[in-house]
Amino acid sequence: MTTKLMGQAVQRVEDQRFLRGQGRYVDDVALGTATLHAAVLRSPHAHARIVDIDVSEVLDVEGVHAVWTYDDLEGPMAEPLPLLIPHPALTHGRTQYALANGEVNYVGEAVAFVVADDRYVAEDAVDRIRVDYELLPPVVGIPAARAAERLVHDDVPGNVGARLEQNVGDARAAIAAAPHRLALDLTVERSACQPMEGRGTVARWDPDLNRLQAWTSTQTSTGVRAAIAVKLGLDLGQVDVITPDVGGGFGVKINHPWPEELLVPLAAKTLGRTVKFTEDRREHFISTAHERGQEQHIEVGFDDDGRLLGLDVEFWHDHGAYTPYGLIVPIITSTQLLGPYKPRSYRVVFESLYTNTVMVTPYRGAGRPQGCYAMERTMDAIASYLGKDRAEVRAANFIQPDEFPYDHGLVFQDGRELEYDSGDYPASLEKLKTLVGWDEFPQFRAEMAAQGRRVGIGLACYVEGTGVGPYEGAHVHIETSGKVKVATGLTTQGQGHATVFAQLVADELGVRFEDVEVVTGDTRRMPYAVGTFASRAAVMSGSAIHLAAKRAKEKVLKIAADALEVDEKDLQIADGVVSVKGAPPDSVGASIDLGTVSVLSNPLRYAFDEASKAATQFQVGDPGKPPVAEDDEPGLEGRDFYSPERATFASGMHAVIVETDPETAEISILKYAVVHDCGNLINPMIVEGQIHGGVAQGVGGALYERMAYDESGQLLNASFMDFLMPYVTEVPDGIDIDHVETPSPLNPLGIKGAGEAGVIPSAAVFAAAIEDAEGIPITAMPISPSDLFALRRSVGQARDQSDAKERP
Amino acid sequence: MKPAPFAYRRPGSLADAVAALAGDAGAKVLAGGQSLVPLLSMRLAAPSMLVDINAIPGLDTITADDIGVTVGALARHADVLASDDVRRVQPLVPMALSRVAHATIRNRGTTVGSLVHADAAAEMPVVLTLLGGSLEVVGPSGSRTVPAHELYVGPLECCLHHDEIAVSAFFPALAPGAGVAFDEIARRHGDYALVGAAALVDGDSVKVGYLSVADVPTVVDLSGVPDDRLGDVALEHLDPADDVHATADYRAQLVRVLTARVVRSAREGTR
Amino acid sequence: MTEERHDVVLTVNGTAHPVRVPGRRLLSDALRHDLGLTGTHVGCEHGVCGACTVLVDGRPVRSCLMFAVSAQDSEITTVEGLTGSDGSLGPVQQAFLECHGLQCGFCTPGFLTTITAGLRDNPSPTHEEARDMVAGNLCRCTGYQNIVKAVERAAELARDGAPRVHPADPPEPESGQLAYEERDDDNASTGLGG
Repeated sequence: MTTKLMGQAVQRVEDQRFLRGQGRYVDDVALGTATLHAAVLRSPHAHARIVDIDVSEVLDVEGVHAVWTYDDLEGPMAEPLPLLIPHPALTHGRTQYALANGEVNYVGEAVAFVVADDRYVAEDAVDRIRVDYELLPPVVGIPAARAAERLVHDDVPGNVGARLEQNVGDARAAIAAAPHRLALDLTVERSACQPMEGRGTVARWDPDLNRLQAWTSTQTSTGVRAAIAVKLGLDLGQVDVITPDVGGGFGVKINHPWPEELLVPLAAKTLGRTVKFTEDRREHFISTAHERGQEQHIEVGFDDDGRLLGLDVEFWHDHGAYTPYGLIVPIITSTQLLGPYKPRSYRVVFESLYTNTVMVTPYRGAGRPQGCYAMERTMDAIASYLGKDRAEVRAANFIQPDEFPYDHGLVFQDGRELEYDSGDYPASLEKLKTLVGWDEFPQFRAEMAAQGRRVGIGLACYVEGTGVGPYEGAHVHIETSGKVKVATGLTTQGQGHATVFAQLVADELGVRFEDVEVVTGDTRRMPYAVGTFASRAAVMSGSAIHLAAKRAKEKVLKIAADALEVDEKDLQIADGVVSVKGAPPDSVGASIDLGTVSVLSNPLRYAFDEASKAATQFQVGDPGKPPVAEDDEPGLEGRDFYSPERATFASGMHAVIVETDPETAEISILKYAVVHDCGNLINPMIVEGQIHGGVAQGVGGALYERMAYDESGQLLNASFMDFLMPYVTEVPDGIDIDHVETPSPLNPLGIKGAGEAGVIPSAAVFAAAIEDAEGIPITAMPISPSDLFALRRSVGQARDQSDAKERP
Repeated sequence: MKPAPFAYRRPGSLADAVAALAGDAGAKVLAGGQSLVPLLSMRLAAPSMLVDINAIPGLDTITADDIGVTVGALARHADVLASDDVRRVQPLVPMALSRVAHATIRNRGTTVGSLVHADAAAEMPVVLTLLGGSLEVVGPSGSRTVPAHELYVGPLECCLHHDEIAVSAFFPALAPGAGVAFDEIARRHGDYALVGAAALVDGDSVKVGYLSVADVPTVVDLSGVPDDRLGDVALEHLDPADDVHATADYRAQLVRVLTARVVRSAREGTR
Repeated sequence: MTEERHDVVLTVNGTAHPVRVPGRRLLSDALRHDLGLTGTHVGCEHGVCGACTVLVDGRPVRSCLMFAVSAQDSEITTVEGLTGSDGSLGPVQQAFLECHGLQCGFCTPGFLTTITAGLRDNPSPTHEEARDMVAGNLCRCTGYQNIVKAVERAAELARDGAPRVHPADPPEPESGQLAYEERDDDNASTGLGG
């Protein structure tokens, strides 16, 4: 009997190649001297008009094959890049050109594209391009964007790309009438995904097949495929896009097409050669998207128990120079801000602002960390104001387990109602308090204080809409060998999809796990797909694969029942063998293996192999009818799509205990605890791995990472030397994790997404803990020791001044 | 991020190396390369020639005797750090070396290379300056000894001529009855320090060397300064600055904290 | 002007590879593009991330901070050389598999080479030493928790001479395939004030 694999910590199949150095990432494709390499000239200025580009010296460089500037682009390639997700509120959406057309709007914007024998020579050539720029005043940072004394785009008044307001009830009136009121101003700085592998694209034009083949490091093969076809004027059927192994995405690779994803195919087709672009780290910093930068103003009215009566949030979102990904990030902040709470009345309004900086597209969490920060700091402020326990105030506001489905009356990122499907927030909070030692903390604090040490504790809760539509599909093919080949169209960046999807297929089909092979992100295998973002892969493709396997199983049982001359209901499948329930294991004619069923599924039965010969003992089909029945197809395949009504809502709560050094203001993490609910777990090992990674990224975002732009729009820390991603020495030594499982009613597996969760509460939970340790309001994140020291100074000075005033 | 082209020479003798340098005004020496290669890859430096001294025999020696520690130009940080003799003769050297970047960088990077790179944010130039060490330098006209206090003339600039090669560094031994200590605070473990301090205490003499708070490695004589004034007096000789990681004000605070720490620790550790 | 090229023999994983490269060709690029050993990955090209770490004469070195021409007298080991001659996973590789010490796999080769050398020099690291062993490598996926576990597990496997899984042997769902569970939790997490 095959063990059920759903819920088991199955080791990953993909690791076998990764551990041997046999992974295949984009830069590993098309090795050899026949491949040409691209480099991009990027704007050194944040805002400038291009007066002239002189490429005359470039072609003198030995080994250079071609150079493109905007003037060389034609047809759709000369049009702006697509605005992927339009929204009625995005009244002034702007996107860049594949190569700058007369104006540059951020340091790093692509200006010219060179193709040469190797990357070294391509960079030599780039150095020889002369560009005359007429400098324009740059707009850097939200205050400058709001002040609008200077404009990023001449035709965008006030630098405002979009303004969106949503209301549930009359929040302002409710706040005005509330017994207690508070206001908070909170800021979050920019950070970025920074996957270890940057972007990369390889393309090859095949003149024999009249087709273009592209490999790209993306979170959506199908999206890139459509973009290449449209921009190069090819039929969709002439373009194949393959996403090989991807060295991390974290959101940034969902935006598409990047200029190079079009320029590389263009060059390949034009030159008739394989062309490769591999982004380097500096390019990744200055030309690939950032996220997180927001300023937020919160007003809240509440009762004596801390229950929300009205919540009014205004925030300003810095979306950089362009808006290729629409308003997804601020819309998520504005809706997911509510977390596990009932606001009773809610008003949220945001402005999405242009600045002369790298564009903003989703980064793991995608607006949720900012929203969580706003809501959770508000909860802390309410507790502090009322002198109540922070956990108690949260509990007073929770949506209760018997209130699901819970409709907030808002519109979510997918254009559907913001309706939570399931959850148990009180249970999560109790688990978290136990896990972190919430009730014992005052005693611990006292013990530490006795040693002259300062500690603080914080907690933060979130709800995450995961598994947004519109759909994913899957194809399951049982070969005559009995091996099962599975394809789904979304891509994979380290989440272990090949393993978890194989677990689902093994369970549903009754085959051995090791007989299942999963392919993702190859448009030749599954041309209809959406992509990997919004913690949707397990929910969407997992469900689709489950449904496709079910279809394949139906066909298996139909054919096997015919062959074994029994009723389908009397059959079972285990370890790849269909057998009659209750029959002795060795009884003749009581079982048939899947390979044989596969042979029988195809009326054209050349006896190539033993399986085909073995199948000759069985008779299937009605000799009086066509060999392939009207409602049937040859082959043993199942194909299906999963398209949910709406997102499913995962949730979680984090707590952290920090210590702050009284002299140096260094911040260290003593304990980190996570309670997580992503419904039923497919593979707990992988889910915990996702949480670990999210927490570490969250630590980075809260305590280390920021994009340091100067006033002229230069990114001052565009390297791993100065953009401080945590090493092992900066992350907690141990993360305590507990799970709550409230299955989703929206999909057949009862699962919810897990990919982004770990990073969402970080800014909130660290700000809370540091504030608790220091007794100083923490309103700007991330926070460094230098920042904390400055805060201590300013608070100390303020206290000294007020002490002086009070003295007679 | 690929280096611009350069001519590459890999001489087998010091004389050939000096000749190669002398023959090309744009030539630079390549030893460990752990500071140089990133600058080349980012095209922040573009020498016309690299003279790789890694094939020259006899430059990787590490010797320690009663007078002090001598480290050859090809001795890797990791080897100097692992030497028990070095630790015995001048413990400040391994104390500081253990804070130089990460272990993998120390496997290739050379101590002498770090000294010549003259980065005021690096550990070893401060240590050499504090201890009053020196550099042995070979050029077309022979060899000379450059004392540490003459070595550092500006940001990332030492007084070696372009056709000279530093062949070894000398760190004087710790005197009996003297004590040393090193500490630094960095944003991440292994990063360049926001501030670092090395102390040498010998009887009433108290000297502290600082990294990252001046343009050049700076040593301040704090002899006779009351303990509660150490950092503030040191700051009169230092020039902490703002950057993306910390304010000048915060760096000044770290100077106070670290000065007190290293002086206390050096006193406790006296022989 | 034609760039000068140098004839170099790179000895990698015991095999000598003659190549002709310009002086500026980084060792990382030579390994990947000239030798086709793409297991060594390039994450930053300025020596910070550690993805490109290889062993040069047995010591971990950033291959992006070395020129191929400088490596001609050295023995180089890449991730491809950590696998047994029979194709079996080495103890560090096996430990990463068991402990889920990798996700996207991009930084992994640098960790594997670094830990291989680290455990050779210190076969029984304490928990702190295990953390320190990987302190110079960046990973953006795992949060390092399982990498540290894998260092400790690899030390155990190497000490016990534990049987290696042959790649031809399919993993067994019922037994060996389940993830490694830490046997003692002495080092599992930092308690309050720990």
